[in-house]
Amino acid sequence: MSFGSSRNSGSANRSRPGRTLFILLFLTAALFATAFGIGATSINLGLDLRGGTSVTLQPRVQTGDSGTVTAEAIDQAVSIIRQRVDSLGIAESEVTAEGSGTNRQIVIAVPGETGRRIVELVGQTAELRFRQVLVETGGVSTPTDGELIAGLNLSPEEQSAFTTLDCTATDLNITSVTEDPAKNLITCDRSGGVRYVLAPAKVVGIDVESATAAIDPASASGWFVSLDFTGEGSKKFGELTQAVVNLPTPQNQVAIVLDGAVVSAPRINEAILGGRAQITGSFSQLEAQDLANVLKYGSLPLAFDRGEVQQVSPTLGSDQLRAGLLAGGLGLALVIIYSILYYRALSIAVIGSLALAAAQVILSLFILGRTVGFTLTLAGIAGTIVAIGITADSFIVYFERIRDEMRDGKPLRVAVETGWVRARRTIVVADLVSGISAVVLYVVSVGSVRGFAFTLGLTTIIDLLIIFFFTKPLVSLMAKSKYLQNGGRFSGVSARSVGIANPDVPKVEEKI
Amino acid sequence: MKISGLGGRLYRGESSLNIIGGKRKWYSLSLAFIILAGFALGFKGVELSIEFKGGSSFTVTAPSGTIAQAENAVRSAGYLGETRAQTIGEDKIRIQTGVIEQSQSNLIQDSLARSFGVTVESIDTQNVGPSWGEEISRKALQGLVAFLIIVMIYLALAFEPKMAIAAIVALIHDVFITVGIYAAVGFEVSPSTVIGFLTILGYSLYDTVVVFDKVRENTRFITATGKYTYSQAANLAVNQTIVRSLNTSLIALLPVAAILFVGSGLLGAGTLKDLSLALFIGLIAGTYSSIFIASPVLAQLREREPAIKALNQRVMARGGAPLAQGQRVQRKRDKRKKR
Repeated sequence: MSFGSSRNSGSANRSRPGRTLFILLFLTAALFATAFGIGATSINLGLDLRGGTSVTLQPRVQTGDSGTVTAEAIDQAVSIIRQRVDSLGIAESEVTAEGSGTNRQIVIAVPGETGRRIVELVGQTAELRFRQVLVETGGVSTPTDGELIAGLNLSPEEQSAFTTLDCTATDLNITSVTEDPAKNLITCDRSGGVRYVLAPAKVVGIDVESATAAIDPASASGWFVSLDFTGEGSKKFGELTQAVVNLPTPQNQVAIVLDGAVVSAPRINEAILGGRAQITGSFSQLEAQDLANVLKYGSLPLAFDRGEVQQVSPTLGSDQLRAGLLAGGLGLALVIIYSILYYRALSIAVIGSLALAAAQVILSLFILGRTVGFTLTLAGIAGTIVAIGITADSFIVYFERIRDEMRDGKPLRVAVETGWVRARRTIVVADLVSGISAVVLYVVSVGSVRGFAFTLGLTTIIDLLIIFFFTKPLVSLMAKSKYLQNGGRFSGVSARSVGIANPDVPKVEEKI
Repeated sequence: MKISGLGGRLYRGESSLNIIGGKRKWYSLSLAFIILAGFALGFKGVELSIEFKGGSSFTVTAPSGTIAQAENAVRSAGYLGETRAQTIGEDKIRIQTGVIEQSQSNLIQDSLARSFGVTVESIDTQNVGPSWGEEISRKALQGLVAFLIIVMIYLALAFEPKMAIAAIVALIHDVFITVGIYAAVGFEVSPSTVIGFLTILGYSLYDTVVVFDKVRENTRFITATGKYTYSQAANLAVNQTIVRSLNTSLIALLPVAAILFVGSGLLGAGTLKDLSLALFIGLIAGTYSSIFIASPVLAQLREREPAIKALNQRVMARGGAPLAQGQRVQRKRDKRKKR
């Protein structure tokens, strides 16, 4: 015999199955109490299970910028987008950054809403420019267009773009205009009522330090937006305002352009050299705050590409939820049937363990949903179903080890303990590999498939807990039963099932 | 129970499948598969989903609708590029387009809603930008590399460095076979497929770990006892774990099969089907490779070591017969000696 067995028999004597079982049941009860104590009695369902809109934005450096995407800038972007989404007043909408460091995506999830408003609101690339206004006129082309642009030296393409632009058209997608800061821009204002010809951009988003909405209680001017420029920005903005201040209207206006559309085009009353500007108008508080947000958003050195936009109707959501639950139920049933056929009485331990594991997973999801806002997606459900197989794998490794030990001639009660010592190692190693893959998957995956990695990892941990503190002690207890010890026909450890050809022959040690 | 009876015989070495000795057979079988996979990849490539290529997908629930109707609706919205339409389940039609602007997507939604007499809100839409795929492909590749390195280090520490190498060889084998099947059959590869695929790597290793654990146990004192060659000892280990391996794989396959069945039946292409199909194919490849590829490769690697070479010569000199037979003969002798 190898030296391992002397150690094994020692641990067999020490094992106290009842106490270990109690610890785990106590743990489950504690989990239960926690969940209900903090009022976590439901799972947050992902958008693919309840319907809704999700937009994934990919940050990149603004066109023409040489900066880099920083984690800080992404955090700022998240908080700004969150403010904008919150302003829609839809309950439970979420804005999060997924991934790590600078390599993150911003995910905006709005449950129950499949409208386009949300997509348009957050899908902006947030490129902010300040351009001198050359022409400001009505939204629709008129015969007098030619006079307006005379003397501006516009290229033939620009001229035709101006005369054919219809700002009132419903299918106009002004934000898709590719805006080159070094060229003139022919565009509309955001409400679609005004056409503009704008000069090349002299000041850009990153020249803005901050923007805040404020009100001056001493004057009657109402809400305004206060802009602070960076050192470089102050100089550039000073030069721009200096150059235009004495020109005739509308060329003494500076347009604030976000994503190719004019947000506002205030008149410059005096050259602004101090690096601080105020945008006044008859703003309401909300309008002023929104404009400040837009400017802050645009001042980030980031632009955003729409990575993925998903609109799931509530019908599809409930279909997917039903399919997920059905697959889970079917998977569980198949595993249970298989283990009953193959392990007979031992399958009681399998069924008990799976039931307990299921309870713990559900309670954990309750608690995680409440505390860290975890949402269960379809992929997450798939993760838990796949984990049923992993959990069952652990039992098989253990049970087959028990049979191996019995083949070596050990009686059941000893085999249960020595088999455990050997199986334990394999189970830990295998679960660790599974855990590593879950962690790697979680780090590299994007969007809803992350849920798969998360639940897979969670259930791997629960699997370890269950097999150590529930399955093993339960099997130890079961091994005390006379029926199992005598290798009853349906015990799963009968001479026939184990494959001990002739139990009467003295057992020979088979260890190599 | 027949199988567990077989398990007992295999355990004691009464019945023995000559797995290590037949390695040429398994290697050529796998090589043939890999060459076929290479051909399929080279000539057809894999079919990538819109998440990778960029594009839009619209799903309309309309029991009486036809594919032609959906195609017309998309065309009348001004999109003239290529479309791919399919029916899903009983009452759904899905139509995919290339990369389009958000405004174009809105127009297509409107047009589909009009044509099928449904509300815009009931149309499930997915728009994917052109650069999105690069991002997820890059991440998936990073994940694969990170995973292989971490697992290599872990296995080298927990087991033996050569076991880590053999396990990785088996893993790469699985990757090839699975990708080849995807290319040959023309299954679509989506991010869910990739995730399922990466999970398989974990599973395949899990399986290999179970076998190697036993190999290590059986070969620990092998040079001291000098009764078996490394291959013989490893072969016995594989035989002793084969029933367990098949069992664990089968039981892991059951829930995956349930997802595949329900997913493709009820929902059509999507997260559930893509994930479970990759898992299903990969699991089977993984089980095969941990028995028929990983262990023979390990034996080959170890038998290059001088100590193991010397051991093998010693065993052979004592009249070690060809493997399967030899094992039994040897075993009987051992028993006699012990008594």
